[in-house]
Amino acid sequence: MFEAIVITIATAATPLLIAAMGELVVERSGVLNLGVEGMMIMGAVTGFSVAYMTGSPWLGVLAAIVVGALFSLLFGFLTLTLVTNQVATGLALTLLGLGLSGMIGESFVGLPGVKMGTVNVPYLSELPYVGRLLFGQDPIFYISIALTIGVSWFLFYTKAGLTLRSVGDNHASAHALGIRVIAIRYMAIMFGGACAGLAGGYLALVYVPQWVEGMSAGRGWIALALVVFASWRPGRVLAGAYLFGAVSIGQLHAQALGWPIPSQLLSALPYLATIIVLVLISRNKRLTMVNTPASLGQPFVPDR
Amino acid sequence: MKKYLLALAASAAILLPGAASAQDKTKACFIYVGPIGDFGYSYQHHQGLLDAQKHFGDKLETAYLESVPEGADAERAIERFARSGCDIIFATSFGFMDATNKIAGRFPDIKFEHATGYKREHPNVATYNSKFHEGRYVQGVIAASLSEKGVAGYIASFPIPEVVMGINAFVLGAQSVNPDFKVKVVWANTWFDAGKEADAAKALIDQGVDIITQHTDSTAPIQVASERGIKAFGQATDMIKFGPETQLTSIIDDWGPYYIERIGKVMDGTWEQQDVWGGMKEGHVVMAPYTNMPDDVKKLAEETEAKIKSGEFNPYTGPINKQDGTQWLADGEVAEDGFLLGLNFYVEGVDDQLPQ
Amino acid sequence: MRLELVKRPQQSRAFSALSPFIAFGLTIIAGAILFAALGKNPATTLYYYFVEPLMEVWSLHELAIKAAPLILIAVGLSVCFLSNNWNIGAEGQFVIGAVVGSVLPVMFPDFQFWFVLPLMLIMGMIGGAAYASIPGILKVRFNTNEILTSLMLVYVAQLFLDWLVRGPWRNPAGMNFPETRTFHSYAILPEILPASGRAHWGFVFAIIAAIVLWFVLSKTLKGFEIKVLGQSPRAGRFAGFSAGKMTLFAFAVSGAMAGLAGISEVSGAIGQLRPAISPGYGFTAIIVAFLGRLNPLGIVAAGLVLALTYLGGEAAQISVGLSDKVVRAFQGMILFFVLACDTLIHYQIRFVKSKAATASLAAAQVPNV
Repeated sequence: MFEAIVITIATAATPLLIAAMGELVVERSGVLNLGVEGMMIMGAVTGFSVAYMTGSPWLGVLAAIVVGALFSLLFGFLTLTLVTNQVATGLALTLLGLGLSGMIGESFVGLPGVKMGTVNVPYLSELPYVGRLLFGQDPIFYISIALTIGVSWFLFYTKAGLTLRSVGDNHASAHALGIRVIAIRYMAIMFGGACAGLAGGYLALVYVPQWVEGMSAGRGWIALALVVFASWRPGRVLAGAYLFGAVSIGQLHAQALGWPIPSQLLSALPYLATIIVLVLISRNKRLTMVNTPASLGQPFVPDR
Repeated sequence: MKKYLLALAASAAILLPGAASAQDKTKACFIYVGPIGDFGYSYQHHQGLLDAQKHFGDKLETAYLESVPEGADAERAIERFARSGCDIIFATSFGFMDATNKIAGRFPDIKFEHATGYKREHPNVATYNSKFHEGRYVQGVIAASLSEKGVAGYIASFPIPEVVMGINAFVLGAQSVNPDFKVKVVWANTWFDAGKEADAAKALIDQGVDIITQHTDSTAPIQVASERGIKAFGQATDMIKFGPETQLTSIIDDWGPYYIERIGKVMDGTWEQQDVWGGMKEGHVVMAPYTNMPDDVKKLAEETEAKIKSGEFNPYTGPINKQDGTQWLADGEVAEDGFLLGLNFYVEGVDDQLPQ
Repeated sequence: MRLELVKRPQQSRAFSALSPFIAFGLTIIAGAILFAALGKNPATTLYYYFVEPLMEVWSLHELAIKAAPLILIAVGLSVCFLSNNWNIGAEGQFVIGAVVGSVLPVMFPDFQFWFVLPLMLIMGMIGGAAYASIPGILKVRFNTNEILTSLMLVYVAQLFLDWLVRGPWRNPAGMNFPETRTFHSYAILPEILPASGRAHWGFVFAIIAAIVLWFVLSKTLKGFEIKVLGQSPRAGRFAGFSAGKMTLFAFAVSGAMAGLAGISEVSGAIGQLRPAISPGYGFTAIIVAFLGRLNPLGIVAAGLVLALTYLGGEAAQISVGLSDKVVRAFQGMILFFVLACDTLIHYQIRFVKSKAATASLAAAQVPNV
């Protein structure tokens, strides 16, 4: 039972982790994209429809990634090239994504989807207690863990990662050093879009293989909260995503056990927990100041 | 020039609705609270619209508005319909109750039908509802016959009387087979959130239930049950596609017959105010084929269904105790419809505390 | 071919005035293409979308009802956004305002005097302001990101309302359905012109709020302070303004406006509390605020335009069968076009062939860099 619960938590945490990891890279480059929810739902509808039409969940995932990245380009063009307000543009992206996905998905409602199977390493996945957890989950779970390690390594152990962080910390001096701020930010935004698309694809191909309107149900916003919650550190995003998953699954178990707590309070717990942790983390000013990209959300127009 | 004028007239005809439509056509309008693509509650009402359209063909014109929020928007939507030439307006969600009655007072010539409500403040307002709990009793019988552990999981939406009634009926049906049967309830606090419903199903299964039923609208629980290799019941619509080896049966809300009957009465001028609470007998509640169960269980289910359908048996027939063990209905006593419609307590055997 | 921005030495007055129209024109063109792609006659659809709802008096009343909460919330938000405080939790403040404002008619139904309504409105404003102050205080005191805390509090507020109407505040005579008792007549916000439609005084509040805040923002020292702190916190500090106090002020003002919108909606349009009292006004108002370019008078116009897209969406759904998803996509498009066109106010856009050419051209254009 314990292993099954942990796997359920992993399923709930994986889309949050992937989307948050993408947004982390975007924000590290100094851009705040509030459109995660919109890119995620576009990924979900694309993933579902492509997998349904081709019968291949992998093609679905691939399409979700591509569409997520393309959709984020819209945000990139407006905020980077036309220097529009990032908050408003991000919100518009979410709105557009929710509407557009509903239009695209209209003919796919009520159809059973294609589910991505699990990886089953022979013998190992039959180990007691941890076998299925470590060796018998869906492939995207492993991708999400690899992504966390990869982003961590990229940001802190590569020259390109250092460049990206310098753009986020001070775009003016980065520009003065000859770094192509705009180009780097375009790439970061597309990476974020690809991750959000993948997270959406996960929802529609692994979490619940079906398409319903608005099925991201606020998960994009949670992913945004996780990035701040984690004070822009990949390892902490991982911890936060699993903590959030544990709280939301835990409240359902509390109910099934018949605990006499109002279910609305239990439903509110993940949000209250997020606020409390945000406060605890951000009150330590020195710690957050070190990690916060100083140019986050600031418009940048290269002077010549 | 003449051609130009003709074109102009044609475009004017497009711009002015109703100008060209025949007077003898009856117009029926529907307001849904969710998207018709929810594959659940609103979807089924829309199927009812399509049935009516098919039945009446050219004699009927239909229109609908989906995803209408309850509140100020509902009133506007209903008024818009009232002004756009509708002869009968079906408001299909409880939350449209006050708005429907308000507009009905101002448009006495138009008939209004409100689903699941109880207010009929004007002679042109009728109410209708379905006894879904009859189907849940049959589900309970099936669940207790099949379950090895004697525990079922119930994913519930909101603690309104209709949902409480369904949980009780399910428990009563189960106890008629296995008096010690238990039900674990999880309140999802949503009608529709596939992810959350899936999580709730997983939590219940991890807690040891071996049958899942739901009073939420998405197909996610049945898909989870199918992955985990246990059985489940569908909701509102036949969900067999989502669990060919999982779905035992499903309670189908079939509004078609009612809509056809009421629109027909508007056409021949015999429409009258009424309060209908139809069940299996009236054809409002239909069970999907009984599948994935042994023949003896199937037979028992069919017999139970037949008894309810013929009116021979009412699921709410005593002796029934409340959850705390005190008596509610004495032996042979049948609960009154009016009381059931405001039901807010559990019967004995529910492993949950009702949110108050 | 590349696209380059060249900052104008001054804001372009011409484009300030023209850009909303350019944006609207682009939206119409994009809309027509979208409708045609969906197999609808673009002209007919656009007619139902933008014209038909304006042709009847009752419909204009409905427009006012729909626009009132959007305008009220958005003018409050403009104070926040101008001062660089990102309150995106107005939806929650709307709900809490409605709840606190409803205390009198729900808990003390026998308390029936003429001053119940004014008290309700004041309590609604206080409730909204208090709830908005939570992210405000957390930001000032603990440096917590207000975008996320204000958003998380939306969900908490909605669940709180849900618990209230299903639990302690449930109507004793309501057959156990989730709603409070209906408000008595002293607690109902009256209609402005009952003879022609049901628009209530909430719309008047919205207009008054817009005018007052326009005056504050453009004619007073407080308005100057708000803008200075928003554009450059450093400059604000030199001028002796406190960013922390401004944050508290901005959150309180926007919360009070959202709370007033909440209680007006409940008391004027619904008449009781129910589990869902807002179809996302708090979020849509963010769009309205930007659509109105954070200028209270612009916001009045923007609120009316956005309300029209809802009404028009319904009209188009009934008359030409346009799906309601299109409405949301369309709103997103409008916002994109407005944001993009506003770039023209601050920048000149040039299409240039090569990078070297750009550099020399830009250098020639902007000598004081």
